[in-house]
Amino acid sequence: MPVNLILFYVFAAIAVITTLLVVVQSNPVYSVLLLIGSFIGLAGLYVLLNAPFVAVIQIIVYAGAIMVLFLFVVMLLNAPREEVVQSNLIDASGTRAIGGLLAIAFAAELAWALTRSRGLAVSAPDERASYSVAAIGQRIFQEYAFAFEATSILILVAMVGAVTLASRHSGKR
Amino acid sequence: MAELNHYLILSGVLFTIGTAGVLLRRNLITVLLSIEVMLNAVNLTFIAFGHFLGSSDGQIIVFFVITVAAAEAAVGLALVIALFRHVETLNPDAFRQLRG
Repeated sequence: MPVNLILFYVFAAIAVITTLLVVVQSNPVYSVLLLIGSFIGLAGLYVLLNAPFVAVIQIIVYAGAIMVLFLFVVMLLNAPREEVVQSNLIDASGTRAIGGLLAIAFAAELAWALTRSRGLAVSAPDERASYSVAAIGQRIFQEYAFAFEATSILILVAMVGAVTLASRHSGKR
Repeated sequence: MAELNHYLILSGVLFTIGTAGVLLRRNLITVLLSIEVMLNAVNLTFIAFGHFLGSSDGQIIVFFVITVAAAEAAVGLALVIALFRHVETLNPDAFRQLRG
């Protein structure tokens, strides 16, 4: 068994197990910390796929910045446990059954699609398909310059929106 | 050498876990985290296809997806904070003041 395949299975196992625990966990603080583990597993997969730039971005931006934002909010709200709201309007078990059914149907659909997709018989790529940060940066600022600028405006809007939404005075206008 | 289908199946598994989390969990934070899981599954697909088709487009699109995910997380968490201030809970079933 080649080293690459072993590494793939190791990282895939890390990603799947930690992600499952994220969803199962009842304490959001643990969920966030486990999701960081999942991101690290995915970053390892990105390295295997000759994408070191994205792997580093994944660690720095996703695991570093976004997850810290989540952790900050979880601790700010200080409501870690999931509680069940007693109500006669919403049947919690019914919602769960329908949700579980939808998830299983989705899994079956994906399995069906993946087992049928034999059209794309891609051979193993050669090693020159490893892209440097310089090459990616050049493409981002040339071919994808418009998308890049649009993203910057999107982030500005999101920032203003987040500040407005979360500010204490927005509730009582 | 892991093949393309390995990565696609892994991505499908992760996306399904994320979907199940969104549908089954009753905690807004966990729902947002599950959305992040789904975004990551899609990112993995992009990178895998980019690698196996010999193109860097996949990586560039993932770069944009990560920035958009950051914006989404910021706005989503701001909404969670605003909602929590009104209702003092994170259970989405509790937000029903618009119900007729």
